[in-house]
This record gives sequence, C-alpha cells and structure tokens, in this order.
Amino acid sequence: MDLLRFATAGSVDDGKSTLIGRLLFDTKAIFTDQLEHVEQASKRAGDDYTNLALLTDGLRAEREQGITIDVAYRYFATPKRKFIIADTPGHIQYTRNMVTGASTADLAIVLVDARKGLVEQSHRHAFITSLLRVPHLVLAINKMDLVDWSEDVYEQIYADFVTFATKLDIPDLTVIPISALYGDNIVTRSQNMPWYTGATLLHHLEHVYVASDRNMVDVRFPVQYVIRPQSTSARDYRGYAGQVAGGVLRVGDEVLALPSGFSSTIAAIDGPNGPVEEAHPPMSVVVRLADEIDLSRGDMLCRPHNKPRVSQDIEAMVCWMTDDPLREGRKLAVKQTTRQARAMVKEMHYRLDVNTLHRDLEARELRLNDVGRVRLRTTQPLLADEYRRNRQTGGFILIDEATNFTVGAGMVVEAE
Amino acid sequence: MEHTHPDYRLSQLDELEAESIYIMREVAAESERPVLLFSGGKDSLVMLHLAVKAFAPARMPFPVMHVDTGHNFPEVLDFRDQRVDELGIELIVASVPDAIARGLVTEEPNGSRNRIQTPVLLEAIEKFDFTAAFGGARRDEERARAKERVFSFRDEFGQWDPKNQRPELWSLYNARTHLGEHIRVFPLSNWTELDIWAYIGREGIELPSIYYAHEREVVDRNGMLFGVNEFFRPKDAETVFTARVRYRTVGDATLTAAVLSDADSIELVIAEVAATRITERGATRGDDKVTEAAMEDRKREGYF
Repeated sequence: MDLLRFATAGSVDDGKSTLIGRLLFDTKAIFTDQLEHVEQASKRAGDDYTNLALLTDGLRAEREQGITIDVAYRYFATPKRKFIIADTPGHIQYTRNMVTGASTADLAIVLVDARKGLVEQSHRHAFITSLLRVPHLVLAINKMDLVDWSEDVYEQIYADFVTFATKLDIPDLTVIPISALYGDNIVTRSQNMPWYTGATLLHHLEHVYVASDRNMVDVRFPVQYVIRPQSTSARDYRGYAGQVAGGVLRVGDEVLALPSGFSSTIAAIDGPNGPVEEAHPPMSVVVRLADEIDLSRGDMLCRPHNKPRVSQDIEAMVCWMTDDPLREGRKLAVKQTTRQARAMVKEMHYRLDVNTLHRDLEARELRLNDVGRVRLRTTQPLLADEYRRNRQTGGFILIDEATNFTVGAGMVVEAE
Repeated sequence: MEHTHPDYRLSQLDELEAESIYIMREVAAESERPVLLFSGGKDSLVMLHLAVKAFAPARMPFPVMHVDTGHNFPEVLDFRDQRVDELGIELIVASVPDAIARGLVTEEPNGSRNRIQTPVLLEAIEKFDFTAAFGGARRDEERARAKERVFSFRDEFGQWDPKNQRPELWSLYNARTHLGEHIRVFPLSNWTELDIWAYIGREGIELPSIYYAHEREVVDRNGMLFGVNEFFRPKDAETVFTARVRYRTVGDATLTAAVLSDADSIELVIAEVAATRITERGATRGDDKVTEAAMEDRKREGYF
C-alpha cells in the first residue's frame, strides 16, 4: 500500500466539504463519535442538515465564521492506498494557504459548480495547481443533479477548461462529473449519468499512476546532518544523513560534492533498517563515502555530469504570505533544501493576476497573497534546479529575519 | 541487503518513517537544545524508536523528558525506566506533584491533572532552556491538531496562536526562534492510529502490557470503563466488576478509560483498530468532551 497526498480547493458553496465528508464517510474514515459530535453541533447551530464542514473546520474561529481559514489535514485509507487530504480554503484572501496545501500534493481536486461553470476562482485554483507543479489535476464538476445530469453541461465546462488550461502547465487532467450530495461518481458509479464512462473519483485516486512523478533522473542528495558517533564501537563511522531529493543513488557510484567540487565514491548506504544497495526519493538514508572530503549540512551530492545550477542569482516566482509588502531591496533569509542564506530582492519583474494571469509589469510590490516574478541575489550560491524539473530542489521559503516568520514561497525558474 | 521496489515507490509506512526521520534530523541540525517528550505511551515509544533510527549508529543527540502527573499506570512507569536504561539516554522528569507542593499549580477540583501539566511542562522547558520539544501528537487525533503545523511555534509564554501559524511548504521547516521561544515538533503528524499499530507490529516495538487485553477491575462511568486504582476510586453507587479490557491510549490514570477487548497480541490489536468505529480519544478520554474547543483552548495555553 502506498501513499497519495492530494489537495482540494473550493469553497463550501462548491460542495467541497460535502465532497470530503462523502469520501471520508463512504470509506469509513469518519468515526461514530465524530459524526455524533457534528450532528449535535449542527443542531445547536440551527442547521437543517448535518453540516459536514464542521468535521474539517477545526478551529473556533472557523466554526464561528463558517469558513475554512487554514489548511486541515485529513486521513483515510482504502485497501489500495492511504490518502492524506490537504483541505485548503478557496477564497482569494487565503491563496497562501492553498499554495501551502498544494506544495506537497501529488494531485489536486478543483471543484466547480455545474450550474455556474468556470468562475474566477476555478481559474485561480487551476493556476495555483500549475504554479506549484502538482502533477495531476482532477476537475470535479459538482452538483450535476442540479443540471439534470446533463452531458452537454459537462462537455461545455470541460471544453472551457481545456481552453483556459492551454495557458497553464497541466501534465495530467481528468474531468469527472459528480454529485457530492448524492454520491454519484464519488465511490460508486452514477446511475444518472450513463454517458460518462470514465472512472469514479475514488477509483481515480486509488489508481492514478504517480510513480513517475518524482524526479528519478537527476541525483540530488542534500546533506542534512553529519553522523559521527562518539563511541569506541563505531569510531571510524562518518555518515551523511539526508532525504534523497532526486535520482537513484547506488553503492559504487561516483559522486560530486557541491559547492566544494570534490568527488568520491559511495561506499555504503544505510537505510532505517540497515544497509541498502540503492536509495531514491523520498527515502531518508545515510550515505558513506570512500574518501574523507569536506562535506556538511547544506552541501549536496550529485553525479559528476549532472549538476544543479550553482548560483547566487536566482530567478523565481514568489507567492507572498504576509501583510508587509515585498519590495525591491528587501533583505530576507532563504531556506532551500537544507541550505540557508540571505537574499536581497534585486528586481521585481511583474506581478501576476492569479485570476486572469495578466502580468502587471508596473507593479513595484507584492502584497499578501500576490504572486510575482522576482530576481534575488543570495549571500551564498544556492544549489537549485528549475522547480518544474524538481519540486524538492527548486522550491524555497523566505523568512523575515526580524520576526522569524515564513513570509514567502519561491519557485526557481530559468532566466528568460 | 534490502532491495527497493522496482518502480521506486515506498510503502505508506516507509514513507511516513522517512518523513519522521527527516523531521527529527532537521530539528537536531537547526535547533540548539531539543528534547523529546516521552510518556511511555505508544506514540512516544514509536517516536523514540524513530529517534534511535534517525541517528544510528550514534546515540540520539537529545534527552527525553516526562511530564509526570503522578497519576501513572505502574506498568507504564516501569516500562519508561526500562527503555531509558536500555538506550542509555538521559531522562528528565518534570513532576506535577512536586509542582503542587511548591505552589506552582493547584490541584483542580475534579482531581484531573491534565490541564495543570501545562505550567509544569513550560517551566521545565524554560529551566532547561529547550529550543524544541518533540511531541507524539497526530493530526488524526483531534480537530485542533488537524490544523497544527509539524513545526509549531510557541512564544515566550508557550502559547500556540492558531491564527498566526507559519506557512509550512514542501519539506522546508522553519525552526527559528528568539530567546525564550520554542518550537513544538510533531514528527508523527501524518500517522494515523492504524499506521502506529502497523508500524509497532512491523518493527516489533515493545509496549507496556496495558495496551493488550487483560483482566482488570473497572467501573462504568458515563459509558466509559475506568480501571480502579489508587487514583481512581469508585463512587458509592458504582459497581466494581472484572472485565477483559485493554487501553487504547495512556494518559492521566484518573481520566483514561479502557475499552473491552480480547486483543492480546499485536495482530489482534491491529485487526481491532482497523474495525473500530470510535476515535481513540473519543473512546478513552474524559477530558476532551468538556467543550467544543477543549483541545484548542488547552493548546493555546501551551499544552502538548
């Protein structure tokens, strides 16, 4: 059994909570005490029906306001897979929360109300999915019961979306007509839409092929921690611990250490249960080398002829996550893989309208929830790949050095 | 030598294990003085097992700390000491009875020491100047926990501010703190109760005996079975009877209820957990039922 992480984007109006409630309920991931609790809370609040949103809206402020503010993580499993849902809010003022949820997702479900078709918010959700390079997108056209289970409506929304998606980078799109309320095409096949011959949502989640999503080509091993036992039994042990961020490392492989440029050979790889012959993402292992070279946290092992970019000049898309706007000249701390540096915003190229994808070249600042293209200069070179090639080595966070708050998320792009 | 799967997918347990180990190494690398909060319960035993693996063959580079309510199951306390001895690690005990005697906290009317643990925990963190504390909480346990970050920032009062959490993207964790602040780190955030049990089974992790079915004198209070012990006395109208039970969670002995069970082996426990229809906190904790946001409120004050 493997693990699939997916993000859902949408608002209560789109039936997102109903959809999640349905998935959890039909896969028996909602427990009777949780359900009783929600039923009582709904009754107290005077709701006509059991409000399944109360299952996911865990904070007092969310329940009071009836909105999802922050990402909630939910869990369920079928005999095929374990699933982690990052349930993210749909409103524009919570764009940063959707960005956060999407950053770790293998798949994103964008919900659309069949009566309304694509709206501004659908475009934004699809754009964020594409920006964060979530490999699989499911467009779930919900409330099909309210449009007479119409194939025409489905086809029209499908076509509209394909037109819009040409501006985006979406490697895998699946469009499923559903009724979250009645359960059509969620777990069981809809009797009301015989014209739809594709998979149900759960079947798709269980079977979508994700093995090729991680980069298995470019060997990238950011050194996280050096293990040097201070004991007599393992005195000569010197191991480099880390999580494989790309490619497959094998014992006997020649490796290059960055930024030093020294090379060596992998003498051994220790997994959590002892020695292994090879290691791939996302394994956490300890690599031992044949030679003693200068290698510490923040450095990276790669292959001699396949290196990340080593540069202090970083072109990136940035999502800004705090009230105090980002402007040229601002200095910040940056964390990328296990590497830390300071960075300065040298140039703001444009701000992107997340609804229309219009580039505002005049923009001089990024405000909370804005996305834009910037050039950074760092104090140390980053060892980074283009984000579209490797999400682990191409993503970084920006930290305010005074407050220590995480204020931005960045994705490395090639210089234009 | 183990060989990995030909299509390079990890099983869900291997992926969770890799994530937890990564988180622990990240803390050891970035935080100056971490501590692992350890109760002898199943989640903290899994966490300890992962910590040992994360730094092997070196010894784990931080001590463990038990916030001792004084309301312990003796089996669990013995087991705690046994594990600490085996591993040769440092154990710090922050004692609630001691804090009551010193006047730091006062006993609550209902005798529960759940809430008054918080000042004791915070005092110990301050005294030892810990910059990070690993906790065994999981997001599937409770709604407020489902919203909490893996690296959860606490201000100088130990408070959690759910509306002002640091965004957490990819696996880039922000462990930065100012003097007096700390980070709570939850390496088991993405594990479910069933994952924990499956992992205990796979790894052969030893647990205190009370997690497995045994005969015990209990009373039925509000539909929950409480074991009779030196801290939990039956009220006059309550009947004491012997039942075959096990504990799904282990906490304050005055608050933690047992469940009827015949599961006396890891295989049977896994089968039972897979089939259960009640959450572990719902089945066993009197304290979470108080209000709609009981856990959120306690966490804001600095609770685990």
